[in-house]
Amino acid sequence: MPYKYIEDLSIADVAFEAYGESLEELFLSCALAITNTMIKDLSKVEPIFLRNIVLENDDIEMLLFNFLQELIFYKDAEKLLFSSLKIKLKKVNTNYKLECEARGEELNMAKHELLVDVKAVTLHHFQVKLSEGRWMAKVVLDV
Amino acid sequence: MVIFGGDMSRYLSIIKKVGDYIWEIPTSFKEGMRVPGRIYASESLIKDMDEQVYDQITNVATLPGILKYAYCMPDGHSGYGFPIGGVAAMNVEENGVISPGGIGFDINCGMRLILTNLTYNDVKPKLKELVDMLFERVPAGVGSTGFVKITPSQFREVVEYGAKWCIERGYGWEEDLERTEEYGIMKGANSNKISDRAIQRGLNQIGTLGSGNHYLEIQWVKKENIFDEYIADKMGFFPDQIVVMFHCGSRGFGHQVATDYLQIFLNVMERKYRIKILDRELACAPFNSPEGQDYFEAMKCGINMSFANRQTILHRVREVFSKIFNSDPEKLGLRMVYDVAHNTAKLEEHCIDGVKRKVLVHRKGATRAFGPGREEVPDIYRDIGQPVIIGGSMETGSYLLLGTKRAEEETFGTTAHGSGRTMSRTKARKIWRGERLQQDMMRRGIYVRSVSYSGLAEEAGGAYKDIDEVINATHYAGISKKIIRFLPIGNIKG
Repeated sequence: MPYKYIEDLSIADVAFEAYGESLEELFLSCALAITNTMIKDLSKVEPIFLRNIVLENDDIEMLLFNFLQELIFYKDAEKLLFSSLKIKLKKVNTNYKLECEARGEELNMAKHELLVDVKAVTLHHFQVKLSEGRWMAKVVLDV
Repeated sequence: MVIFGGDMSRYLSIIKKVGDYIWEIPTSFKEGMRVPGRIYASESLIKDMDEQVYDQITNVATLPGILKYAYCMPDGHSGYGFPIGGVAAMNVEENGVISPGGIGFDINCGMRLILTNLTYNDVKPKLKELVDMLFERVPAGVGSTGFVKITPSQFREVVEYGAKWCIERGYGWEEDLERTEEYGIMKGANSNKISDRAIQRGLNQIGTLGSGNHYLEIQWVKKENIFDEYIADKMGFFPDQIVVMFHCGSRGFGHQVATDYLQIFLNVMERKYRIKILDRELACAPFNSPEGQDYFEAMKCGINMSFANRQTILHRVREVFSKIFNSDPEKLGLRMVYDVAHNTAKLEEHCIDGVKRKVLVHRKGATRAFGPGREEVPDIYRDIGQPVIIGGSMETGSYLLLGTKRAEEETFGTTAHGSGRTMSRTKARKIWRGERLQQDMMRRGIYVRSVSYSGLAEEAGGAYKDIDEVINATHYAGISKKIIRFLPIGNIKG
């Protein structure tokens, strides 16, 4: 998996580190880590519904923050979880622009083994960095 | 006295013990500290407190307008911006700030305690049936939705009128309001200050527990656990009685309000107000600024959503008891004791250096604990002090306490809120297995249902501090007075 959960970054909540060869891959890893925090088996989330997410920000960290918030929003507002995401990221002038086709399905207790509800992405130790040619993000989720 | 040693020598060497249960971190510890930090704890609690608490509480001490001390309660552990258990009162007359990080994402996460006139022997034979039906009727876990179906414009009414909205629709009794902090309706909530996204997230969540550390519990009052018989009796308790306690908050709605304003504050804080902070989660704005006031009014909507959520759950609890015991909720004595808020900021009058002033008290994972006589305490409790309901882990026990004058004098009328975690969820999952834990608890007489076994493992009693140690610290420090300890016998978890 391109992400791993960390034991000692947050006592009450869930923390993970995610990786990617590119920013697109990093964003995807983070998205999957969030879905995987809420349900045990990602392969059981079928790509039935499509939602398009378009975001812009001049700060890559805040772009990731907003993108992850978007996924949590769909979980509460439409009960949608995403398991398949096509992400395009480009720099337009000083801004990063993200376009994402997110596919997934409605949460179903009979089908998906539930773990814990993610309620917010926090800025606690939140970080995006390029290290030895690979992108890494550190995220603490409020659960 | 100065304490040395331990793994956290960097901190322990400068913490001064200034009272039997009070520890102080001087302003010299960190550049920019405007007031000292003060931690309420026993010696063993202070030694086990996680390191980030010290860093976070001293960050809080740098916020503009902070008065007297940056406090941390005995159940404190690291949070975002403020530690959990963090308390800060701000001078709103002179540029004091309001910070979502001092309130928490789950606005007005809180506790409600319900009496019954049933005894342990009445409930024991029906415990499984009771817990199973509560589990079915009070939705919990990821993506759960409540039975209250409303439109976005009705949701705006909910967040402006709180528990009162529920009572008007038949989800509760008039007397429930008097037994809720703020009488169940936080005045000044303005739904024009909340986003459509926040409404969309909360719309279907009224009457749901949520997950994480939220729960609903059936508890037993054993005679030996009543510490003040006179007060307990006066409040409607008796030996061998069964009571109901639950813990939940404002769900996705409160979280979205907090997230929305965290970003608004980050955008204006330095650029417009020249405020520099040490942690982005401490984003803030002057209380008396357009952004500060907008957040205050939006945050009050979160408070009301939470009151409405707990009120609707109470309605369901009464329905379930009525069905299982084949009697009216009134005849079963299902009366509320009180409802307390954990994550709030409120304008309150406090006496500072002999002068009464209006201050903004941030309580994050901390409970208001007003003593006798305060006008905020309802008539029924005004002569004894405000009830304080503190939930422990699902395996150990919970408490009822009363607020004190000393809390008003020392901690802006504040005490602890829970037992406080000592271990991360990820770590707890490696140590305990949910299925096994459920069976072990069953053998010990606690029937627990959860939508998630791993969620159950994360909430194991061993992942928390010793609740008795926490309660004794608040009791002997005098910031609340213990009345009853409750033992869990049935529990539903998200």
